[in-house]
Amino acid sequence: MKTSFVKKFMVIALALAMVFTFAACGGSNDSGSGDDGGEAGAAVLKIGSSGPLTGGASIYGVAVKQGAEIAVAEINAQESDFQIEFKMEDDEADGEKSVNTYNQLKDWGIQIMMGTVTTGACITASALTFEDRVFELTPSASSADVTAGKDNVFQVCFTDPNQGIKAADYIAENFPGQKVGVIYNNSDPYSTGIFNNFKAEFESKGGEIAAAEKYPDDTNADYSAQLTSMKSAGAEIVFLPIYYTPASVIMKQAKDMNYAPVFFGVDGMDGILDMEGFDTALAEGVMLMTPFNPWSTDEAVAAFVEKYQATYNEVPNQFAADGYDAIYALYNAFKAAGLSTDQPNEEICDAMIAQFTGGFSYDGLTGAAMTWNDKGEVNKTPVVCVIEGGIYVDR
Amino acid sequence: MKMKIKNGRLSPYTKNSIISYGIVIIAFVVVSVLNGMGLVSSTLQGQLVPICAYIIMAVSLNLVVGISGELSLGHAGFMSAGAFTAIVVSGMLEASDMPVIARFAIAVVCGAIVAGVLGFLIGIPVLRLRGDYLAIVTLAFGEIIKNIMNIVYAGVDSHGFHLRANPDLGLEESGRMLLNGPMGATAVQRLSTFTAGFVLVLITLFVVQNIMNSKQGRAIMACRDNRIAAESIGLNVMKYKLMAFTVSAALAGMGGALFGLNFSTLLPIKFNFNTSVLILVFVVLGGLGNIWGSIIAATILTVLPEVLRQFADYRMLAYAIVLILVMIFTYSPKIKNFTQNFMENTFRKKDKKPEAEGGAAV
Repeated sequence: MKTSFVKKFMVIALALAMVFTFAACGGSNDSGSGDDGGEAGAAVLKIGSSGPLTGGASIYGVAVKQGAEIAVAEINAQESDFQIEFKMEDDEADGEKSVNTYNQLKDWGIQIMMGTVTTGACITASALTFEDRVFELTPSASSADVTAGKDNVFQVCFTDPNQGIKAADYIAENFPGQKVGVIYNNSDPYSTGIFNNFKAEFESKGGEIAAAEKYPDDTNADYSAQLTSMKSAGAEIVFLPIYYTPASVIMKQAKDMNYAPVFFGVDGMDGILDMEGFDTALAEGVMLMTPFNPWSTDEAVAAFVEKYQATYNEVPNQFAADGYDAIYALYNAFKAAGLSTDQPNEEICDAMIAQFTGGFSYDGLTGAAMTWNDKGEVNKTPVVCVIEGGIYVDR
Repeated sequence: MKMKIKNGRLSPYTKNSIISYGIVIIAFVVVSVLNGMGLVSSTLQGQLVPICAYIIMAVSLNLVVGISGELSLGHAGFMSAGAFTAIVVSGMLEASDMPVIARFAIAVVCGAIVAGVLGFLIGIPVLRLRGDYLAIVTLAFGEIIKNIMNIVYAGVDSHGFHLRANPDLGLEESGRMLLNGPMGATAVQRLSTFTAGFVLVLITLFVVQNIMNSKQGRAIMACRDNRIAAESIGLNVMKYKLMAFTVSAALAGMGGALFGLNFSTLLPIKFNFNTSVLILVFVVLGGLGNIWGSIIAATILTVLPEVLRQFADYRMLAYAIVLILVMIFTYSPKIKNFTQNFMENTFRKKDKKPEAEGGAAV
């Protein structure tokens, strides 16, 4: 009896030892890509980030991380005064965990926050960066609440209200008099935020929404009821302010019921072409508003896409470009403000705020000549693309 | 707390209550002192209030699962009701010049009352079911509460309070949105403090342990252990089960209020099935009916994922392994014997004193 217990204990101890060895490997790989060439003694600028690296939203967090790491490696290779140390923690897109990850980064000695990736988590964490006076630039948290009342928080992406308004304007101008239907996720802040603003703007432009159908987060396998409603209302354009996973199911089911409207997506639709098991022919003719087109002929974009593909063996999505832009915007502003890495957070924060609101402009992958207003919102032009032959084509 | 001394030894109830209060008070003092000396990391500091909230959730769920013996999978629903009620109440009182502590107290009490009433109403149909059916229906009610919160919009302006199921509240310019459907509550004033959390944990312990150690508590446990026998001696099973369920829901509302007022944003989706299961894991790992076990399990399992961050991608794997190890070790008969012997040896020595002074103590 006694020996069997000891044996059991040994087996478990061995298993644990193995896990920790693996974990150590994973950990060292992880940090290795972050601080390439960071020599001991050299001045270091610590940029922290937080986003979902595991769970349902991990595709966004991982893309931001990879895009940012490319930017960090590029900067570290050419910058001689200091090196950027980039660390990204996993918050699973959860507000409570984003507080933990931010505090972890605080213990690590964060100087500038690049994040967080998702909206809900960002609102929670930015309340803390505001208190601690840490400058924050989020690549992709798009709600207006992210920046509201916080002078230290800036966005690289469009706000949800802006996206809804721009989409409504575009549809009203380019498809006058056509019947518009909307399918949105009423338990998702992103989707509902865009829909509410789309509806207000579209109706003020004299448009009429023929049918608006919602679905909760938990049902993402069957949309035939919503599609039937669209079809019977005769909607010629279906606006989908949702992420691409449910959108792919909607397109599939629409085809099965011989319903072929023009689907119009927003930036959450970006990534649909890379989805595993998705027949890209279904997405033919889908229009989407996205700030980033990986098939663009722009030189900087092409260089980034090539580097990204070489490193990670996949086509970068908009979130990767957002992460890349966020790091470069921070770096450029930091240099332009003449800051040094040994200054306290408060000074860096104030100088960066002055820089961002004082006419600082940045040419990035997700928009040329981006500028920021004092509310922290970015000003750039959205691009409407249409999917043709499996790639995005600018409209 | 009644001290019961039988045959010169502390009754198991009293012993367990002393352990529970002791753990909480000592932990509070130690953490406060360390915090004053600046030795507590930001990470732990940020987790103190959530830990208190989860302890309250675990202890209150233990009342239903451990003491009353009904598997409830919808505890996060009551947490949600309490949290959003507290946020709305606190937001409405923001304009008044009431002291923060009073505002917090009113918000927490309202959260507890709303969750308690909800628990009572849900309990009436649900507790007519038994076993798996009860678990499934509580799960459904948890989801219903979550989905209702997804369509509730509330705001406040000079005309007073507005509550509707669509975003068009017709608020004045100066008005403020308090609940914004799936976007939840934003710009919440963070009122929760560690001290407030500590006090609420003590209140929870006081309520739950006194129920356990009362006539009603023994009736609840009798219904759990043998329903037919309990009915045959004239106990109203439904009444006692409903009592445990309602008290548990009210305490969960209190925990939710503490949790909700600790973050500047709160999304309804936070209180989904996973959160209910997380709380159930605290209870099961701490031991059904074991209050101090729930306290320790809730604390460790809240801190653990953060401590394991150094394992990067293998974090959740390590977390799962720890869970399995805890299950194996705490439920292994050998370990149980060992701890029991250890506890008995140490307590017997201390227990000798009251035996000697037995006459004076009684």
